[in-house]
Amino acid sequence: MSNVLVFFDVLGEALSPTQRELIAQAQSLGEVHVAVGAYQGDPTPALALAGLGEVYLAETSLPAPEVAVVDLLETAVAECEAEVILGSSTADITDALARLAVRLDTGIICGVAGLNGELVATKSELAGSYTTTSQLIPAPGRPLVATFKPNSLDPQRVDALLDAGDQPDGTVLPVRPSEGGVEVLERTALKVSARPALAEARVVVAGGRGVDGDFTPLEDLADELGAGLGASRAATDAGWIEHAAQVGQTGVTVSPQLYISAGISGAIQQRAGMQTAGTIVAINKDEDAPVFEIADFGVVGDLHEVIPQMIEELRRRKG
Amino acid sequence: MANAPLHIITLVKWVPDAQLERRYNAEGRIDRAEGVLSELDEYPLEAALQLREAAADREVRVTALTMGPAGASTAAKKALQIGADDAYQLTDEALIGADIWASSVALRAAVEAVAGAGEFDSGEPEYLVLTGMASEEGESGAIPAQLAERLGAHVVTYATGLELTPDRLVVTRSGGTESQKVAVAMPAVVSVTDQANDPRYPNFKAIMAAKKKPLTRLSLADIGLRPEEVTAKVRVLSTTARPPRTAGEIITDEGDAGLKVVEFLAKERLL
Repeated sequence: MSNVLVFFDVLGEALSPTQRELIAQAQSLGEVHVAVGAYQGDPTPALALAGLGEVYLAETSLPAPEVAVVDLLETAVAECEAEVILGSSTADITDALARLAVRLDTGIICGVAGLNGELVATKSELAGSYTTTSQLIPAPGRPLVATFKPNSLDPQRVDALLDAGDQPDGTVLPVRPSEGGVEVLERTALKVSARPALAEARVVVAGGRGVDGDFTPLEDLADELGAGLGASRAATDAGWIEHAAQVGQTGVTVSPQLYISAGISGAIQQRAGMQTAGTIVAINKDEDAPVFEIADFGVVGDLHEVIPQMIEELRRRKG
Repeated sequence: MANAPLHIITLVKWVPDAQLERRYNAEGRIDRAEGVLSELDEYPLEAALQLREAAADREVRVTALTMGPAGASTAAKKALQIGADDAYQLTDEALIGADIWASSVALRAAVEAVAGAGEFDSGEPEYLVLTGMASEEGESGAIPAQLAERLGAHVVTYATGLELTPDRLVVTRSGGTESQKVAVAMPAVVSVTDQANDPRYPNFKAIMAAKKKPLTRLSLADIGLRPEEVTAKVRVLSTTARPPRTAGEIITDEGDAGLKVVEFLAKERLL
């Protein structure tokens, strides 16, 4: 069995769905140890899972962009003799693991969907138009560093793989915050939405130009479905919704089970961000909209009529 | 050193046009027969030009650096047209198939060579490397941090705003759940997102002026590297084109389409 080190840049009171998925992926490869960057109080209760190995912490919490997380990771890798180091494919985690790979003089594979027992990584490339497999060229003492795309495992499967266990003890490693270099002048918390994060959501409702300035019907539909809310570049450029909601090549790439596209023509830029979705439903007034070429179910019609009717029907079915 | 000259080295990549079909070749590598300057690399270039324009009392040079096959010179030329002062192209057979690890080894040596070659009137320059948020075809976003680690430089990724102060660069970035304003000392590597600015288009005068700007070609030997130092650590085993999505059932709303969508979702067990 390999030793696997999983990196969480932030750990809250409970594991996020993405963090649970990562542990489930890691457990299929070997014994899982965890390194935690930023936390408040005692982070270990969130990690009370069966079969978990060591939990590594620095002497103090290390919130991003604190570069000392790389020292923490480097020390933890040596401590647990990790052969695989995993994290999610978010910006701050990618920064830390990319630096770690330099220090360990090894390769990094980013945006992985699956990793098998031979450490062959499967991933989606060129905006979902290809699936590739790749592998570290083997060499003695060379661990694999990889970042995972969320939503690669079914949540029910994750629940089945993870069993509750005893609260682990944290192991504090002699790592302190770095001095100078990057000084944080200001931190502003971004508006926290009650909806699931776009990249992690199992269902995404997205609107474009056809929304015509008012996202309320889409918000209502998203809430009815427990979905994340997305938008095309046209809608975010128009200022109808925040830029973080942009799905597409230069925004968030999503791969949900269900993607509902409303009032989006489906230009290549947008399609690149969603074409690996399980099922695509499209609503658009223009019957020639390219989105219909890839939709599993399409409605040529006005979203301002179709969506309220959907919401009404969903509520009726829920009774 | 409040007014030390600043050398901004902007990394620009020549990539297959995302508007066209992109594919892998038989060797498991992305087909790079044709390409364009990556749209995502226009933002760091614009950011560099804006920093140069805002620094009235400081000597600032903007250099474009590209790594890629012979055709990549068009990315460097485009960068010169948009407004870079000079450009370098690193090209070498040994770099074909470079992974993230090998690319950052080569770019580190190239940045050091380019930074060392710059002659400034007002003293010893500091340097700043600007990159796009990710490459348009690889989408990993791992190069900025690896490059910074190798250069011994500071790194700030996903910048949405940049402003020079006399001794540092103040960067606004989006860090997942919060927006951060950070001050970074030079040397630094900063990746710039598409939210940072609206890139300019070159006009006729700029296109003509670019013909006189220097474009220097570098080989691995020119930057002091041997081919075995840029051997990839990761190999691609297989590439499979995803079967294209096909259109499913398309209906026209006759007043009951909302009901029909929900019916479809129920039938597919998606509710």
